[in-house]
Parts: sequence; structure tokens; C-alpha cells
Amino acid sequence: MNFNATLIGQLIAFTVFVVFCMKFIWPFIIKAMEDRETRIADGLAAAEKGQVALSEAEVKKAEMLEESKQQAAEIISQGQKRHDEIVESAKDDARSEKEKILAAAQAEIEQQRTQTREQLRSDVANLALVAAEQILMREVDRNAHNDVLTKVSAEL
Amino acid sequence: MASGEGLTSNEYMQHHLQNLVYGKLPVGYERADGHIVEQAQWTFAHSPKEAVDMGFWAYNVDTLGWSIFLGLIFSFVFYRVAKNASTDVPSGFTNFIEMCVEFVNSNVKEIFHAKNEVIAPLSLTIFCWVVLMNTMDLVPVDVLPLAAQWITGDPHLYFKVVPTTDPNITFGMSIGVFILIIYYSIKIKGIGGFLGELTLHPFSSNNLFVKIMFMPFNFLLEGVSLVAKPISLALRLFGNLYAGELIFLLIAMLGYWQLPLHFVWAVFHILIVLLQAFVFMMLTIVYLSMAHEHH
Repeated sequence: MNFNATLIGQLIAFTVFVVFCMKFIWPFIIKAMEDRETRIADGLAAAEKGQVALSEAEVKKAEMLEESKQQAAEIISQGQKRHDEIVESAKDDARSEKEKILAAAQAEIEQQRTQTREQLRSDVANLALVAAEQILMREVDRNAHNDVLTKVSAEL
Repeated sequence: MASGEGLTSNEYMQHHLQNLVYGKLPVGYERADGHIVEQAQWTFAHSPKEAVDMGFWAYNVDTLGWSIFLGLIFSFVFYRVAKNASTDVPSGFTNFIEMCVEFVNSNVKEIFHAKNEVIAPLSLTIFCWVVLMNTMDLVPVDVLPLAAQWITGDPHLYFKVVPTTDPNITFGMSIGVFILIIYYSIKIKGIGGFLGELTLHPFSSNNLFVKIMFMPFNFLLEGVSLVAKPISLALRLFGNLYAGELIFLLIAMLGYWQLPLHFVWAVFHILIVLLQAFVFMMLTIVYLSMAHEHH
């Protein structure tokens, strides 16, 4: 164990390395670590906030879902009602239409009948006249017997 | 075994425990090979006796060189990390460096409560540097000396690779700490406070005369305890590592048996490497913390 100037050399080297570490190493690493620490803390706080907001949103979502379900049910029931109404009114319309058509058809039938009757009547009068002419073998004066003929045809 | 067959175990040990010393030899000095120095010259010592005769102004080139080299590695690595430090997610190596920094920082914060910008970087430098220097002990004892002998072509080259087995290195650091202890004691307490601390404790009295009578005793006690700080700091580190190195050397002489034994001792030595660096750092913090305390 003999001491020599190595001791002084080491003392100088020690000083230099410590000063270097103090000026160029320590502050930067510590600052980065502290900054990261605050950043992580901020991140965690933000995450927690997000969690709270999420659960609030969850509640709100459930509420909205319930509400919209109710609305949908309401709309459906309204639609059902409206549907029933429309069907009902369509039925009514159809019924009245049917009656109208029926009435028109009957009226036409009636008209046809009277027309046919008129036709038949005149045909029968003519037939009777022709028959009478045949029986009498002579001309019947239409003018002279017109009133008789009219009377007969009216009785038919 | 190093340097040839004809080496006794005693010579082997001595060879390994001798530093490579660079110093000045005076005129008329008879060197180890019988050659007489004709002109005062700076040269490497060729024997332990020459190393001693070079006096104080000689340098242990090997241990000082390794010490500075390892210090540069520490500075370079940490500087790289410090330069690229960001708040982003740290990756593997950055993580490791930050773990070291965090470890030192938490220890400093735990013990040292005053505000001081030197103490934490000082502790980091001490811890990492001493760990690196101690770790050199885990390199098999003959590898680096043989490499150095091969490179220089000198088969008798002395080459000690573990800086902390050289008391000059450990004392160099502990004296640095000692200077800081005195500097902060005076800065915080003033000259009067510092001298008062040395002379008015542990025996004190309300009677002025008795107080003055106690002063030499107090100074003796406190002075010893003050001076004991750097000495114990340096000797503890030196002693542990020197003993570890000796055991490595003894194991290295066992032939093939050295392989398992070396492994076992190296595993155990890892503990010493880290523990002694930690103790050196912690005591530095404690001593400086005491220097900051008022009584």
C-alpha cells in the first residue's frame, strides 16, 4: 500500500465526472422522469374522468332507449288504430258503393222492363189487330177503331 | 497461470498485486536488472522496489487508466440516455438507466432532507462508477494482464485491472467526499459553527472555564471521528475488494479446480460488488447529511 500521485489523479477524475453528471446527466433524466410522472398522473385522471363520463352516458343511453321504445310502441299503436280506421272507412265506402251500383242496376232493370212491356203492349195490339183483320178478312180502319185499339192496348 | 512456468505461487501473487507505476527515477539509481540510471528519467517501474522508490510523484497507470476509462463509460452511457430522455414510454436500456437513477434518488431523498443539487448526482456517480470498477474483479484475474502483456510484448508487465483494489483510487474518492463534508459544514454552519461542533461536544458545561478545559478533549474526539470518515470509507471499499481479489488469485492457482470454485466465488462476489458500491454511496449521503445538520 504505497500512496502516490494516482490519488490526486483519481481526485481530479472524480471531480470531473461528478460535475459532468451534475451538469449534463442528472437534471435531464430527473426532469424526463418527473415529466413522465405528471403525464401518467394526468393520463390516469383523464381515464378516470372518461370512466365517469362513460357510466353517465350509459345511464343516459338506457333512459333514451326506454323513451324511444315507448315512443315506438306509441307510434305502432297509433298506426294500428289508423289502419283500423282506414279499413273501416274503406268497408263503409265499399258498402255504399255497392248499394249505389245495386240501385242503378235495379233502376235500369225497371226501365228495361217498362220499355219491354210498352213494346210488348204495342206488339200485342198490332198482333190483335192483325188477328182481327184475319178474322174479318178485311181492312180495319185504324182511324175508325183507333179508340177501341187504344182502349185494348191500355188494358193489356 | 501468468508469465511462464517458473513462477512460484508467491511470485505470482506479488506480480498480480503490483501496479504498473510510471514515475521518475533519480540519477545513479540501480534498477532491478542491475543497470544504473545515468540520467533522471520518467519510466515504468520494473520491480515493486522501484515503484516505491519513485516516491509520491508516480502514477499507477493501470488502475488510474481503468478508473478513468470506466468513468468515461458511465458518463457516456448516461449522457446518451440523458440526451434522449423524453416523456415517452422508455424502452429496455433507458428503463434500466432510469431504474438506477430512481434507486439513487429514492435513497438520497430518504436520508438527505436539506436542499442540495450536488448530492444526488454525486451519489449516482459514486454508485455507478464504483459498481463498474468493482465489476472488473469478475473478469478472470489473468485475462486482462495476459492481454496487456501480449499487446506490449513485455512478459513481465505489471497490470492490475480492478481500480478499487488500489487504495489510491478509493482514497482519491473518499478525500473528494471529505472535502465536500468540510465545505458544506462550513457553508451551512459557518466557520464558528463548524469549529464549535469540533470543540464543544460531546463534553460541555455551563461554566466557561470548564468549557475551555474540555476543548482539547472534545477536539481530539471529534477530530478523530471526522478524519475517520474518509479513512473508513476508503479502507472499507479497498479492503473488501482487495480481499476478494486475493481469493480470486488463490483460486486461480488451483489448476482445474479453479473453474467451479471461481464460479462460486464470482457469484458470491457479485453481492460484494454491489453491496460495497451501495455502502460507499450511502455513507457518502449520510456524512453529507450530517454536515448539513445543525446541532
